[in-house]
Amino acid sequence: MAAVSQLQRQFIEYTSSLYNEGYLDDQFTQLQKLQDESNPDFVVEVVSLFFEDSEKLLNNLATALQQKIVDYKQVDSHVHQFKGSSSSIGAQRVTNVCVHFRNCCEEKNLDGCLRCLQQVKHEYILVRNKLEALFRLEQQILQAGGSIPMME
Amino acid sequence: MDSSTKVGMKEEEERPHVLVVDDSLVDRKIMERLFTNSACKVTTAENGQKALELLGQGEDKHNNINHQGLKINLVVTDYCMPGMTGYDLLKKVKESCDIKEIPVIIVSSENVPTRIEKCLKEGAQEFILKPLKQSDVKKLRCQMQFTQPMKGRLCMGR
Repeated sequence: MAAVSQLQRQFIEYTSSLYNEGYLDDQFTQLQKLQDESNPDFVVEVVSLFFEDSEKLLNNLATALQQKIVDYKQVDSHVHQFKGSSSSIGAQRVTNVCVHFRNCCEEKNLDGCLRCLQQVKHEYILVRNKLEALFRLEQQILQAGGSIPMME
Repeated sequence: MDSSTKVGMKEEEERPHVLVVDDSLVDRKIMERLFTNSACKVTTAENGQKALELLGQGEDKHNNINHQGLKINLVVTDYCMPGMTGYDLLKKVKESCDIKEIPVIIVSSENVPTRIEKCLKEGAQEFILKPLKQSDVKKLRCQMQFTQPMKGRLCMGR
């Protein structure tokens, strides 16, 4: 019993920090509200799709920026997609970098774009690690027989 | 907090059928859940071409055995899609004799007044900013209770 409440406290603290530090925003909460007994894995499923999508986009971006003649429209199109999907799951910091990235595309600023690529990759890896840690915590709580606390 | 009501088998046929069109798999999945949660039946399409086929307006509609298409009560389409945009799809729907009465909602992550204006002018029922929330869908669901399409033009900004 003690283990469960300790894990639940950890979960609440961890989740709060993710919101406070801007890794996640309200959209993530919206996704959690869509999860119920008939769709118990909804959040993990959507986030997994986001991970797959993101990794493809990061590869596409790296390739596009390595071309002798960079097609900034193409780069912008990938960033637009990344901005959209990150915004849909509430990965706020990733979305913010994408906004800056699009400005660099508009200016056809190669150095700026390369820096943004590094930044967006960095933010993506951070949020991916944090979400995976969050899901692991959830699993631990469930396996210990507890329920996931509702965050308001 | 509302709990989603379980829809009984006999109510299955009475649920409005929504066609969600978006090139993003993440967004298709989220929108499907949002609408299912509001007691709608959902079909998704990844582009405008597929959407038109599902609506019975595919390129070979005259040869298409299934030329009737699905009975769709609402189309919700992303604006920015490669190839046929949401705006192009909207135009095709509104130009077609068979399906022009179906309300079309345009969703977009970008708040561009000229874009909103041209979509509403072309006959979009509403323009909603992404990402969609459950409250947006609940409002749409209430509007679908009425058999007549909404005459007014609304823009839901945030």
